[in-house]
Amino acid sequence: MHRRIYGLETEYGIICTPDKNRGKKLTVQNVVMYLFREIISGRMYPDVFLENGARFYQDIGCHPEYATPECDDVIELVAHDKAGERIVTRLATTAERRMRADGFRGRISIFKNNLDTVGNTYGCHENYLMEREKVSFRQLASQLIPFFVTRQIYTGAGKIKRSDQGFYEISQRAQHIREEISIATTTARGIINTRDEPHADREKYRRLHVIVGDSNMSEFSTFLKVGTTGIILRMIEDHFITERFALRNSVQAIHEISEDISCKRLIELENGKRLSAIELQWLYFECAKRYLAQEESDPTTDEIMTRWEYVMNGLEKDPLQLDRELDWVIKRKWIETYVKHRSLDWNSAEVRRLDLEYHNIRQDTSVYYKAEKRGLTERILDDTQIRRAMHSPPERTRAKFRGRFIKLVNNGKVLCGVNWSYIQLYEPYQKLYLSTDPLEPEFEEASRMIYSI
Amino acid sequence: MPREKQQEYRDHHINENEEIQPNSEIKDNVDDLTDDLDALLDEIDEILEEDSEEFVENFIQRGGQ
Repeated sequence: MHRRIYGLETEYGIICTPDKNRGKKLTVQNVVMYLFREIISGRMYPDVFLENGARFYQDIGCHPEYATPECDDVIELVAHDKAGERIVTRLATTAERRMRADGFRGRISIFKNNLDTVGNTYGCHENYLMEREKVSFRQLASQLIPFFVTRQIYTGAGKIKRSDQGFYEISQRAQHIREEISIATTTARGIINTRDEPHADREKYRRLHVIVGDSNMSEFSTFLKVGTTGIILRMIEDHFITERFALRNSVQAIHEISEDISCKRLIELENGKRLSAIELQWLYFECAKRYLAQEESDPTTDEIMTRWEYVMNGLEKDPLQLDRELDWVIKRKWIETYVKHRSLDWNSAEVRRLDLEYHNIRQDTSVYYKAEKRGLTERILDDTQIRRAMHSPPERTRAKFRGRFIKLVNNGKVLCGVNWSYIQLYEPYQKLYLSTDPLEPEFEEASRMIYSI
Repeated sequence: MPREKQQEYRDHHINENEEIQPNSEIKDNVDDLTDDLDALLDEIDEILEEDSEEFVENFIQRGGQ
């Protein structure tokens, strides 16, 4: 069976609303400090690995960021992504208690989205481990760009906008993309980001770091986003895609596709053909079907293909019917319904608030989770899988090893430093355990040591 | 949203169902859906209870990656 490491990093938006007449205001920075206080002590920098193998830290711009452990299965990855939301939610509850004790009464809201009110953006980055020698970066980039430009029709998280060209667009992130290829993650962001830190044997592996996508609430959207991209990467690595999908102007296309909720707008290819995002995605889908027909099958890949085809058929018929599956459609449906039944204006503060609260990860005040609880969203997981992922690392990657180590650290059994690719033991003697292959769950020598503790 | 208006909507909606759904099984399903929808809209009312204008304006982050 084909194996690959997948990972998701999510930067959350965060704000604390003081209780009426009682609370003092806290800055974002202070709130983030409270959030971390449960898991770090003293003057430690807010950056820790957790017992499920994940990393939780404060990123650029003061965003709490959760990076899933290395997963080799997309369903498992979705579970770990959701586990991250729940871990952060739990920390928010504790933080509010501590704040109260210090005289700050208020409520913390945490959003898994990509935009604040004035248009600042923060990301959800996907990571895919690739074998370096299989394909040149140039070829990889050129075959991926048209895919990334068009996949937003099922991965977009939707956003309210105020413009003559309509009130809603498909992607949160698309308008912040300025280049085809770029190393920047905070300024001129590219469709392809060239950061390449494999946290593994550099000769053997590259890490594809994808910053073009939206953060997703819908398990279905996350599953398809990573699942389809993984399949495309396999085809690129095996030099299977022979058609030329190159676009005349990819950056303009990613903006235009986001602006058209019918998904029918035509974009121009380099060869002069004009195709819609749906048509281009169908071509990728058909290519994947041919490719997989000659490959050994596995249940997750079959599931990705089934759901991909379902979504493509739905998009072709009427995108707005996919109101249980796709974030941008689910959110739009509930905003529209609310606007209609409460006779609101699309430009109202309530609507902009709804656009945020859809992404609230605290389930009691989240529009997405209110819909999920009533069975109005299509799910990939059951709650048991998510609960397990909050505490247990993936079994088949090196995260297993890291998780086991962190448990020992948390129980005070060992003192060590941990990073993605190494574990540095300080006591009883100094020893560095290095991992060069994230697909390997055990380092033999270190495992012997762990079991002896 | 004033409560009377919600009530008005609900009454209106239920009456409409009664008129056009003679089959009781279908009617039950539609009622379930309507109940779900109404309940969800009520929950959204609660989420939006505080001042939305102020909330939205305060939600300013530094840019991330």
